[in-house]
Amino acid sequence: MDFLDNINYWIAMFQIVMGLFIVIASENLIKTLVGLGIFQSAVYIIYISPAKIFGGTAPILSENYVIYANPLPHVLILTAIVVGVATTALGLALVVRIYEAFGTLEEDKIQEIDLEDSRND
Amino acid sequence: MSETSIFLSLAIPLGGTLLISLTGEKPNLRDSITLVTAVCLLLVNCTLLPKILNGQRPEAVLMELFPGVDLILKVEPLGMLFALVASGLWIINSIYSIGYMRANKEKNQTRFYVCFAIALSSTMGIAYAGNLITLFLFYEILTLCTYPLVTHHGTHEARHGGRIYLGILISTSILFLLFAIGWTWHFTGTLEFVPNGIFNQEQLQTSIPLILMVLFVFGVGKAAIMPFHGWLPAAMVAPTPVSALLHAVAVVKAGVFSIVKILVYIFGIANLEKISGGSWLMYTAGFTIIAASVVALKSDNLKRRLAYSTISHLSYVVLAVALFVPIAVMGAALHIVAHAFSKITLFFAAGAIYTASKKTKVSELHGIGKRMPITMIAFAIGALSLIGIPPAIGFLSKWYILSGAFDAQENFVVAVIIMSTLLNAAYFLPIIYAAFFRTDDNSKNHGEAPTAIIIAMASTGILSIALFFFSDQIISLGYQIAGAY
Amino acid sequence: MISSQLPALQIIVPLLAAPFCVIIRNSRATWLISVLASWVTFGISILLYLDVQTLGVISYEMGNWAPPWGIEYRIDSINVFVLLIVSSIGALVSLYAYPSISVEVDENKHYLFWTSYLLCLTGLLGVTITGDAFNIFVFLEISSLSTYVLIALGKNRHALYAAFRYLILGTIGATFIVIGIGLLYLLTGTLNLYDLSMRLGDMSLTQPQLAALAFLTVGISLKLALFPLHLWLPNAYAFAPSVATCFLAATATKVAIYLLLRFAYDVFGQSQIFSELPLGEVLLILSIAAMFIASTVAIYQQDIKRMFAYSSVAQIGYITLGASFASHTALTSSIVHLFNHAITKGAIFLLLGLVALRIGQPTLKKMSGLGKSMPWTSAGLVICGLSLIGVPGTAGFISKWYLILAVLERGWWWLAFMILASSLLAVIYVWRVVETMYVSDSDSRGDSHMASTTSPTSMTLVAWLFVTSCIFFGFHTSFSVEGASAAAKVLLEYTK
Repeated sequence: MDFLDNINYWIAMFQIVMGLFIVIASENLIKTLVGLGIFQSAVYIIYISPAKIFGGTAPILSENYVIYANPLPHVLILTAIVVGVATTALGLALVVRIYEAFGTLEEDKIQEIDLEDSRND
Repeated sequence: MSETSIFLSLAIPLGGTLLISLTGEKPNLRDSITLVTAVCLLLVNCTLLPKILNGQRPEAVLMELFPGVDLILKVEPLGMLFALVASGLWIINSIYSIGYMRANKEKNQTRFYVCFAIALSSTMGIAYAGNLITLFLFYEILTLCTYPLVTHHGTHEARHGGRIYLGILISTSILFLLFAIGWTWHFTGTLEFVPNGIFNQEQLQTSIPLILMVLFVFGVGKAAIMPFHGWLPAAMVAPTPVSALLHAVAVVKAGVFSIVKILVYIFGIANLEKISGGSWLMYTAGFTIIAASVVALKSDNLKRRLAYSTISHLSYVVLAVALFVPIAVMGAALHIVAHAFSKITLFFAAGAIYTASKKTKVSELHGIGKRMPITMIAFAIGALSLIGIPPAIGFLSKWYILSGAFDAQENFVVAVIIMSTLLNAAYFLPIIYAAFFRTDDNSKNHGEAPTAIIIAMASTGILSIALFFFSDQIISLGYQIAGAY
Repeated sequence: MISSQLPALQIIVPLLAAPFCVIIRNSRATWLISVLASWVTFGISILLYLDVQTLGVISYEMGNWAPPWGIEYRIDSINVFVLLIVSSIGALVSLYAYPSISVEVDENKHYLFWTSYLLCLTGLLGVTITGDAFNIFVFLEISSLSTYVLIALGKNRHALYAAFRYLILGTIGATFIVIGIGLLYLLTGTLNLYDLSMRLGDMSLTQPQLAALAFLTVGISLKLALFPLHLWLPNAYAFAPSVATCFLAATATKVAIYLLLRFAYDVFGQSQIFSELPLGEVLLILSIAAMFIASTVAIYQQDIKRMFAYSSVAQIGYITLGASFASHTALTSSIVHLFNHAITKGAIFLLLGLVALRIGQPTLKKMSGLGKSMPWTSAGLVICGLSLIGVPGTAGFISKWYLILAVLERGWWWLAFMILASSLLAVIYVWRVVETMYVSDSDSRGDSHMASTTSPTSMTLVAWLFVTSCIFFGFHTSFSVEGASAAAKVLLEYTK
């Protein structure tokens, strides 16, 4: 079954599209961040999937093990996860400040205030 | 030695700029510095003249701009002539400006003199430019530094006039001129001004030289060839000394000078004949002459009338070159001089009338000749010179252009010249007639303008006639230009 | 000994200085640390530049792990040129910043500003210097995250929203880049750029390769604000503190352009993507659209910083236009403009920083009569404006000249004509400002709101240093043009 073989890629693709859709469609800033998180985590799957070898192990020099999985993608993705966490944290911090400054988290309302302010200038 | 003279001719006005801006607090000192600078500039240019007459072509390299293209200054007869005219008239104009600006209590006089000096420096740069890039550089500087002069009053009209001025000059220069320069470089691999031009016979067979010619002619918006003439009347919002020097001498002459220089030294007169379709230039120039004269005839505002007259006379120069015969090119060079002296006299007179009586319309000038006899006599001399009546310098240039037209057997040009002479007469003579022979219907009492204005105006008027009798040097420069290919 | 470690120090100096700022927290001390760090960084990049002139290519193995397994810092004519631009601007702007920051950022947040500033510098330099694809992503995110902070430090509350929007779009862009890199890794098993280009060179264009190219192009284009992916830029530039705007405008987009060039020309190889794919055409069309549409939008802006931000989008169009051609002249023009535009825009935003000190957020209305009250700053703005237009005698002219030559070389005279026509739009938006500053009916406004305060000397000096270099590089082109020409050569002959 071709489809099931590549199931994790299908999931990743679905996740990418879903994440982007949420980012674009949602008016609420927190939901936008949630979408961004979903989108980013899809990348983790894309990276990790090919590196997984069934029965494989970490590349330890020992006669007991013959099949090794490549550790590099895992390491890369650890880095990417850290970056993702940092982004989300910063995004949430900004959301808090935006809420303090504008009193709302709805994008359309913030844009309305934006327009008003620029008119008052 | 001559290299230093070339550098000095650019550096003196710039040095003057510095001193003028430093002494802005003391008007008398500042104005004398302007005068001294102007005199120095003329003297430096005069030291170059004998060398040029001897057939030398001194040059000075400023710096390498990019590989293969230098910023270079090279003195040749045409540039020499232009530089002499511009720097000579700057002295007279400075005297006039001092009188005018003080009498009319203009603001920001320091800025005015500073911009003026920069304009003169860039005019020298244009006159001595040794290649197209150098020419373009100074051409753009001239446009930019005259913008504050045009908008000097800071009023709504000044702003509007400034927009048109800058808009047309910058757009044409960037859209057409820069494009043409880039294309020339791509096409020939050189931008130097060379006698006989830079195109070889093979390149002349293609249609590219013709396209380049169109781009160059319209790219030099300062030459005010229709349809890119609108900036000239718009710029008349400026104080009169600006209109006088810049829009009768430096700016517009820089325009026609550039066209003549490009046609002679990039294309080469002999080659121009071989470009099929090159005669469009003659017809365009001819049309501009007639059309602008007709507009001038209809304008009641004196400065506007002079502006359109300028447009028409600029095209004389282009028309002369477009004949592609040596004698007419010489006529073109002469007309640059003739028109400079005559038109500046006319502008001076217009400014004097405004200063003394605040009148700007032709229809208000009835009987003014009795109150301001010197002004109106000077006006008459300038007008007669432009119409082409001897003994004034204007006759000389017209004579050479006409004989060029006969040489080339272009009846069109002969017809245009005759017609425009009639139109010139039609828009100048009534003013003179009304000034002297109609009775004054205005009881407002005024006399002549301040002395400085009178001195300046009288000297250009006298020079317009004197040059007719002492034209040897000009004519020998002219012969060198005509022999340049 | 130390000279062999220069590539690592280039990154480590600002990276280590950043935490010091957090520890010390004193406003003036953190500023001094930042100035010191960024000048040392600048010095290092000068040394690297000189080294590259003599040695050609410098390859540095991080932690002695040999490439392609370890991370390689690979410095050649192009990235040393970009390094020099970024670090010199970083150094000069830090010198300029203190008075401006004191007014525009709350005192207790100064150390955060400087920490982010140094991290942003680290990130940008890292992206440029590294020869490892995943390392690029990491440094890109370091610079992006600190950029979001820098923007959010703006006093106006809209700065927060602008930063948030940039965060969303920037993260999408960075994630696209990482997907692209991931696909390349799956295809080739390597992350080293040089190695990648060797391996990809042998392959014919496959579907995953196309996908990787698409993800990378879109991701990088977002970062460099290629039209129409520029939406984050105007507000971010408009509301960030003046110093941040200046630094970002002069460096961040430039580094992204370098990335695009690196990937398009070196990693994938021009033969593949320019002859077999319409990337050149797409870039061309988008660049022309940027030149015209962004310039037109700029004409209608009231906020001056935002106006020049749109102008940046347009100017980036000229750079990418040069990049879309795959010829030596075109790439030279592109890289020269990268340099010249960095100086010009840097100068403009530095001058606007001076203006902001007096009148707050500069809008067209508030700037009327500025020619009188701030004559030097206004004169500087005029000069930089002329450079944006491309008037001869300014840096902008040089790049425009080369761009036109490149286009004519192709025989596309209509395109040359369009380039010139679009610079007329620049005339309009620049002249709106000039007219307001100098030719205004009521000069009274100008005098009332700015009494007799003088501009801080350090700021004025740095700003004028930029302005004079705008003119200097309009006449002395040997450094900019030769540097760009060498860089273009590297791009075209990477694997040869």
